[in-house]
Amino acid sequence: MLIPHPLLGPRDAQEFTYLGDAALMNRPDPAAGEDAFCDHVYLRGNPAGVHRELWFHEQGDRSWLVVTRNTLTHEILGAELATDVARRSE
Amino acid sequence: MTRLSGHLVDTARRLSFTFDGRAFAGHPGDTLASALLANGVQLMGRSFKYHRPRGPIAAGSEEPNALVTLGRGARAEPNTRATVAELFDGLEASSQNHAGSLQRDWLAVNDRLAPFLAAGFYYKTFMWPKAFWEKLYEPVIRKAAGLGALSGLPDPDAYDRGYRHCDLLVIGAGAAGLAAALAAGRAGAQVILAEEDFRPGGRLLAEGGLLDGRPAPDWVAEVAAELATLPNVRVMTRTTVFGAYDHGIFGAVERVSDHLAEAGGGVRQTLWRITARRSVLAAGATERHIPFRDNDRPGIMLAGAIRAYANRWGVTGQRQAADPVAIFANGDDGHRTAAQLAAKGVPVLGVIDPRRDAPNLGGYETFAGATVTGTRGRLGLTAIEVTRGGRAEWLDCGLLGVSGGWNPNVHLASHHRGRPVWDEARLAFLPGPGGPAGLIPAGAAAGQGGTAEAMADGLRAAAQALGDLGIAPAPVHLPAAEAEPARQEAFWHVPGKGRAWVDFQNDVTVKDIALAHQENMRPVEHLKRWTTLGMATDQGKTANVTALAVMAELTGKAIPETGTTIFRPPYTGVSLGVLGGGDTGRGFRPTRLTPSHSWAEAEGAVFTEVGAWMRAQYFPRPGETHWRESVDREARAVRAAVGICDVTTLGKIDVQGADAGDFLNRIYANMMGTLPVGKVRYGLMLREDGHLYDDGTCARLGEDHYVVTTTTANAGTVYRNMEFARQCLWPDLDVQLISTTDAWAQIAVAGPRSRELLTRIADGADLSNQAFPFMACGAITVCGGLRARLFRISFSGELAYEIAVPARYGHALMARLMEAGADLGVTPYGTEALGVLRIEKGHAAGAELNGQTTARMIGLEKMVSRKKDAIGAVMSRRGGLASETRRLVGLVPVDPGAGVVPGSHLFAADAPQDTAHDQGWITSACFSPHVGTMIGLGFLENGEARMDEVITAANPLEGTEAALRVVSAHFVDPEGGRLRD
Repeated sequence: MLIPHPLLGPRDAQEFTYLGDAALMNRPDPAAGEDAFCDHVYLRGNPAGVHRELWFHEQGDRSWLVVTRNTLTHEILGAELATDVARRSE
Repeated sequence: MTRLSGHLVDTARRLSFTFDGRAFAGHPGDTLASALLANGVQLMGRSFKYHRPRGPIAAGSEEPNALVTLGRGARAEPNTRATVAELFDGLEASSQNHAGSLQRDWLAVNDRLAPFLAAGFYYKTFMWPKAFWEKLYEPVIRKAAGLGALSGLPDPDAYDRGYRHCDLLVIGAGAAGLAAALAAGRAGAQVILAEEDFRPGGRLLAEGGLLDGRPAPDWVAEVAAELATLPNVRVMTRTTVFGAYDHGIFGAVERVSDHLAEAGGGVRQTLWRITARRSVLAAGATERHIPFRDNDRPGIMLAGAIRAYANRWGVTGQRQAADPVAIFANGDDGHRTAAQLAAKGVPVLGVIDPRRDAPNLGGYETFAGATVTGTRGRLGLTAIEVTRGGRAEWLDCGLLGVSGGWNPNVHLASHHRGRPVWDEARLAFLPGPGGPAGLIPAGAAAGQGGTAEAMADGLRAAAQALGDLGIAPAPVHLPAAEAEPARQEAFWHVPGKGRAWVDFQNDVTVKDIALAHQENMRPVEHLKRWTTLGMATDQGKTANVTALAVMAELTGKAIPETGTTIFRPPYTGVSLGVLGGGDTGRGFRPTRLTPSHSWAEAEGAVFTEVGAWMRAQYFPRPGETHWRESVDREARAVRAAVGICDVTTLGKIDVQGADAGDFLNRIYANMMGTLPVGKVRYGLMLREDGHLYDDGTCARLGEDHYVVTTTTANAGTVYRNMEFARQCLWPDLDVQLISTTDAWAQIAVAGPRSRELLTRIADGADLSNQAFPFMACGAITVCGGLRARLFRISFSGELAYEIAVPARYGHALMARLMEAGADLGVTPYGTEALGVLRIEKGHAAGAELNGQTTARMIGLEKMVSRKKDAIGAVMSRRGGLASETRRLVGLVPVDPGAGVVPGSHLFAADAPQDTAHDQGWITSACFSPHVGTMIGLGFLENGEARMDEVITAANPLEGTEAALRVVSAHFVDPEGGRLRD
């Protein structure tokens, strides 16, 4: 696969480390309690279809990216710097 | 036999080769199959199940029968198709899958047992008695099964891997592919033209046709010559594109030196990863046969293959040149073979054609409305039975060509869930929608099989690709091709008694398909698994569509209703060696060397692998005969004087920024932001699930500058997780990270005389306990101005430091420390002594921090701060972890001579040794020179309350047990006075 890095252009997926569901960015507030953290740590989306997921450009510029990918076709619909996504959701 | 005229083989040069030990001769341009056929050899192998004698049916990579082993010894390569093996001088080939000789194979007894060995036989027969499967049936079946055998030796050849990029990848250099590559090449696009054959041209080399009145190979040569002059075009012959992957990436294998007698030290094959913006699939088509009774004898081939052997290699396929040749065809294509052979002076018996209005193209007899209903000849065809109007007659025949139409090679087009679509007019599956994005099928692969149509279709495909890419096309003049009659009528098999083969390699007959139908294994997927159709090394290239048609006939459904046949990668077999691409042995992953590696090597160190690192394990001295002697000496030297050890492999992460302290508070379970400048603190890192995952020190070098150290194993993981926290969780913190593991050589200087030694090289820095106390850190210079970082930290429990200098000085610093400390007894120590020292001190390491343990278990739960949030803090307080009762303890054997075995489980002395009574396990153990016996660390239920209790360490798997006394995990200086002095 080729991942369209927002800064570096198309990069081979072999340069990246995969983490999974981008929901991992939504760390609960520490006051939210154990149940909220339990869901955060153990429950992940794994849809057959469009999925937002985290990829780390480990053998590149060390950016974390949020990649929107169709898990059935491997079509990539977009990639953003995770920093931008995180700032927007704050 | 003499070659027919007009071939493309260099008969002026002779190549010697052997087949089953017999010497033969061929010529450059030959394949093994063409050379054997030229020598009158039809019999080349045995079938998988019935061990039927077999010869080649094809002239390309679709060949199911003529599988041979090439080479010998470690280089023996089984299951190679003789039809694509390029001949070279000295080639050694041998036949396979027979017991006894190829001619007299006693396993051919299976053929006599055929009535009992029908489809599903294994599933039904070897069910009982149940115990017999493992002991008897499976070993016997396994021994009898399989085709060629592996050598069992390591692969001596070298392989490589490469990456290429292009605008347009053209797969196949036949009529369509050449036209497409020429059009795109002239237009200036970056083009790769990949061809599995050693010679470009595809069927243009085989058809015997004229282009603009000249032999087609002449045009091929002209186009190849022009492509060679275009700097933007790369022609890759001997290269099979075996799979289409995501986003325009293709896998291809180039056979670099398989065709050479001597590889000359080069690689054997290269795995190419080709990234193409657009691709043209011009992979041609595969002819299908027509099953009839006993249709599998050597000497029965595809009619198109006979045409290829005659035109390209100048050989026919009879054992004697005078043997008559017949063709059995349901279309005009077969007649073209007959006419061409007749024109070349080959004795042609005629064309047997089930159509009542079968044509005659001249030079042979047409048996219209007739079929072939039987054959004779045990090791090679001698006669065929022709049935017309219910009347059968036997005719002498030495070679029979069969033509049942052509299947477009849609394989790559179906790699991305592409579903081939049935075309009733062409009687073929064509590439359907949903295949790999940007892949444009063209020519015979798209059902445009005539020479003129294929060339024109290649141009069309190139124009489409260029249009997509925004590249202006350039004019290409296509030569005029001759008319090629191509009318055909659906005719899938000859009904009747006896066995009619559909899948040659796996011995699947029409009867087997009927049986599958009878037993309700009707969906294609079931049919395949019940009969093993298409599951051989050829993946049913010549069988699948025919089988589908037979099943359609049995069910009374149309072919598209019965199913489709799709393909997965690889198109043809790919050796595991080339997929490894050279990543074997030491090449499997990079080897990292510490900065003092060559120094340690010169000192005679024994090395050990720690992740990717090579670390000095111990430094044997003359007279030491056992590793323990060296390790004990090194550990004692640290406790008594001073030792030095390269600890560069520990991960180092530089953390800078105004919010660095705040950031580290969230990374570490304990408080780190309060650390004063010039101080070091031990820290614990948790996973978000609350378990411990790493520990190490954090040094504050400046107001906004920290250095985090990690364990060697987790250096990459911790860095990745810290970047995750920085970018994904807290993007607004002003903090930057960089890994500096490789930038600094770090050396532990440990032992009561370490201060004295360091003072000698520290350029006058005050290292007194007042000026530089335990857990101090700072920048100094050493050895006359070399910048260094000094940390007063201890892993051994002794007065100790770690000193970091730029990595390139690591070697020199070790040498200088040895020199400066000679009179102090300075001793280099390796990872073994390092482990002994830390076990004696009760420090947790990888065996204790195994990802399943908690801060509470190692007795450090108070370090998990409640005053702040940190990764894992909330979950570390959940019920199950908060009520954990196992604790880290020290263990010594009651009998001083007894062993302490890591991995043993702990039980109360009188308790049964079972899971219900399991109270923990031993994590680490070593011989302690300090204690004088073996010692261990382990996790034990309520361990802190059980000091001096005698417990049992048991290993029920090994049947061993030992009585151990529970002691403090701190065997050395439990008060910690030594490291603070």
